[in-house]
Amino acid sequence: MALIAFGLIAAIVILSAVFVIAARNPVHSVLWLILTFFSAAGLFVLIGAEFLAMLLIVVYVGAVAVLFLFVVMMLDVDFVELKEGTLRYWPFALLVGLIFLGELGLVWATSGEISATTFDPSPGGETNAEAIGAVMYTDYLLLFQMAGVILLVAMIGAIVLTLRHRPNVKRQNVGEQTGRRRADAFEMKDPTPGEGI
Amino acid sequence: MAELGLIHFLILSAALFTVGVVGIFVNRKNIIVILMALELILLSVNINLVAFSVFTGTIQGQIFAMLVLTVAAAEAAVGLAILVVYFRNRRDISVENVDLMKG
Repeated sequence: MALIAFGLIAAIVILSAVFVIAARNPVHSVLWLILTFFSAAGLFVLIGAEFLAMLLIVVYVGAVAVLFLFVVMMLDVDFVELKEGTLRYWPFALLVGLIFLGELGLVWATSGEISATTFDPSPGGETNAEAIGAVMYTDYLLLFQMAGVILLVAMIGAIVLTLRHRPNVKRQNVGEQTGRRRADAFEMKDPTPGEGI
Repeated sequence: MAELGLIHFLILSAALFTVGVVGIFVNRKNIIVILMALELILLSVNINLVAFSVFTGTIQGQIFAMLVLTVAAAEAAVGLAILVVYFRNRRDISVENVDLMKG
């Protein structure tokens, strides 16, 4: 039963991945990418890695795919022109892929029997998220913090790269604003009537 | 009928990795699809890590899969930002002319 479900979902994963790289329109590519990640999340649920499955949906479908969609739709690029001559690359690409698959098969054929058949998604009887949390916040605390730093650096990097300083735009200067004193703002006059200042 | 085992996931992951590599070669002009092919490759790595984690009964693989996910998200964000800046400067995104950017 699990094998049938695996076969179905795996077929969807591979097919949609092929469509990602073969689609004419990059928007379609992004949508196929979303389907690929959804199916991979389904595979993770199938073998009991629920937390990773939810993470895959949140991070990829919720963030990365939307990012790709925004960029694809906001860049005014002639994708038909970009797609020209792609047919020429297919034979070479397929050759490279076949060689690569052959090498992987060779690795499989020469390696011994893998003695890992215990199907235990959560050793210790706790839920998947509990098991991950118990290890991640203790043994891998430093890696976890470093992942946070990586995300922070990526965020700052993306903002710095795309930030544009336009001239002729009025901006608020908070320092100047709060540094203003009463003496700079107005001065007292004592005009005599009928003469003006 | 055989049971669902580690080898099935390894085969799927190898196939997905190959699709990603082929995608890089096929779409060598379109850098957006190259980035998507990279995401496919990272997904295959994740499938490998999670499958080994589950079938050996250790949780560490899933933690490393999470770290890979983090790096993939950061890579996508920075890559797309560079792409947007490049498009702003040159009005197209063909990969062949990227070497004109060097100072």
